[in-house]
Amino acid sequence: MLSIKDLNVSYGAVHAIHNASLEVKDGEIVSLIGANGAGKTTILHTVTGLKDAKSGTMTYDDLDLCTTDASKLIKYGICHVPEGRHIFRDMTVMENLEMGAYSKKKDKYDMGKNIEKVFERFPRLKERYKQLAGTLSGGEQQMLAMGRALMGEPKILLLDEPSMGLSPILVKEIFSIIKYCHEIGITILLVEQNAKMALSIADRAYVLETGNITISGKASDLFEDDRIRKAYLGQ
Amino acid sequence: MSYVINIFRKIGVGMALFIQSLVNGLNQGAIYALIALGYTMVYGIIRMINFAHGDFIMVGSYTLFYTIPLMIRTGMPPWMAVFIAIGVCIIVGVSVEVIAYRPVRKAGSMTALITALAMSLFLENLAMVVFGANPKSVTAIFNLPALNFLGAKLQVKYLITLGIGLVIMIALQLFVKYTKLGKGMRAVPQDKQAATLMGIKVNNIITITFAIGSALAAVAALMYCSTYPRATTDMGSMMGLKAFIAAVLGGIGSIPGAMIGGLIVGLVEILVKVYVAPSWYEAITYSLLIIVLIVKPTGILGKNIGEKV
Repeated sequence: MLSIKDLNVSYGAVHAIHNASLEVKDGEIVSLIGANGAGKTTILHTVTGLKDAKSGTMTYDDLDLCTTDASKLIKYGICHVPEGRHIFRDMTVMENLEMGAYSKKKDKYDMGKNIEKVFERFPRLKERYKQLAGTLSGGEQQMLAMGRALMGEPKILLLDEPSMGLSPILVKEIFSIIKYCHEIGITILLVEQNAKMALSIADRAYVLETGNITISGKASDLFEDDRIRKAYLGQ
Repeated sequence: MSYVINIFRKIGVGMALFIQSLVNGLNQGAIYALIALGYTMVYGIIRMINFAHGDFIMVGSYTLFYTIPLMIRTGMPPWMAVFIAIGVCIIVGVSVEVIAYRPVRKAGSMTALITALAMSLFLENLAMVVFGANPKSVTAIFNLPALNFLGAKLQVKYLITLGIGLVIMIALQLFVKYTKLGKGMRAVPQDKQAATLMGIKVNNIITITFAIGSALAAVAALMYCSTYPRATTDMGSMMGLKAFIAAVLGGIGSIPGAMIGGLIVGLVEILVKVYVAPSWYEAITYSLLIIVLIVKPTGILGKNIGEKV
C-alpha cells in the first residue's frame, strides 16, 4: 500500500503542495485529477524522489519513500511513467524495452518472455522493434513507455498524464491498457486531466486544486458530485 | 638512359618519403584519436568538455617515467608499466570527477567548463610542485626494429600504436552498443530522469565514463612516450587541445568520429610539416577545423542534437 501523509512540497519560495494525504491500497486504481498547475506531477515526482519533500511522510508497505533513492524504487516494484513519455529517442524500440528491465538480474529474469508478453499486448511495437523510438508517433511512444514500465514487472504503476496529446481513439486504447495492467494485478495511481476517463476506470479518486486535496472519495460518488460535474466534467 | 633512371630514383625516394610520412602521421593521429575518445565519451554522457583530460596524459607519462625502471628491474617488459599508469590515471580521473565536477553539475554548463579549465591548471601546477619543472626522459618502452618497406623505414611500434587505436575504438563501439552498461551509458544523456526511473544510477555511469576516458589517456601516454620519450608538466594542454580539435572535427560525441578526427589531425600535422613548412601545421589544422565546422557544424560524423525545450 502506498500511503502519503501531510505532504508539503515547495519550489523555492513557492509552496506547491499543502498537507496532501492520499492512499493507494493494493489492487486499486486511484485517480488524481486536477487542472494544469494544480501540483499533480509534483506529487508523483516527490513520491519517486525526483523532487524532495519539505515535510510529511511517504511509505510504500514498509519502505520509506522520503529517504529512498529514485533509482532504487524500481527494485521494490514501483514504476513511474513520467509525463511526456520520456522514452529513449535515439534507441530502438527493443533497446527501450530492455532498458525497462535494467534493474533486473540476468539469472533471475527472463528477458525474452517479458518482451514477448509486451509484444503480445502491443503488436504495433513488435512491428517496429528495430525502429528508433524517436520516430514513433505519439500514441506509439506512449505505448512504448507503458511497455517499458511493464518490463520491470512493477507492483504499482504511477502514470502521469498517459492520455496527453493523444486522439480520442488512442485515449481509449491507453485506458484499455491501464485496465489490462490492473487485471494482471498491478496497482495503479493515475494522474490525469481527462477527469471523465480517469473517474470512469478508477475505484477511488482525489481532486487536487492549487496544491490542496479538496475532494476525495469513491469514483462513482465523485461522478455525481456537483462541484466536479461543473469544474471537470463540463456539465 | 641514366636520365630516366634518375627520374625513377627520384620517384622512388619521393614514394619512400610519402609512405614514411603517412605512417608517422597515422601514428601521431592514433595518439590523438585515443585522447579524443576520452573527450568524446565524457561529452557524449554529460555534454561537458573535460579540459583536464589532456592532463591525465601528463599524469600517465610521469607514472611511466617512474614505473618503467621498476619494471625493468623486476625483469618485466617495460610496456607493462601501462597497467600501473592506467590505475593511477583512473584514480586521478575519478577523483577529479567526484571532487570537482560532481558538486557543480547542477550549476550549468558554463560553471562546469570553467571548473574543468581550473582543474587543468591545478593539475599542471600540482605536477610542477611534485615532479619539478624540468622535463623527464622516459626510458625506451619498445625495443622493436624498423621494417624496410619500399625504401621507407617503418617503425613497428608505430604500427602497434595504430593497431591499438583501432582495436580500442572497435571495442568501445561494441561495448556501448551491446552491453547492458553501454546501453545505460547511452540512455543517460538522452533522458536522465527516465534513466533514473529505470534504476540506472546516473552518477555511477558518469564516474565509469571518466574511468574509461582516463584509462584511454594512460594508453595514449604509453604511445606518446614511445614516440617522444619526454614527460613535461605542460604536455597535456597542447596535446589535449589538438585531440579536442580532433574530437570536434570528427563530430564530438561520436566514437568513430573521434578516431577519424584524430587520424586526420595527425596526418595533416605530419604531411604539412614535411611538404609545406614545419611552422605551418597548426595554422592549417585550425583552418581545416573552421572549414569543416562551416560546412558541417556537427563535425564529420556528428549527429544533429536538437535542443530540448
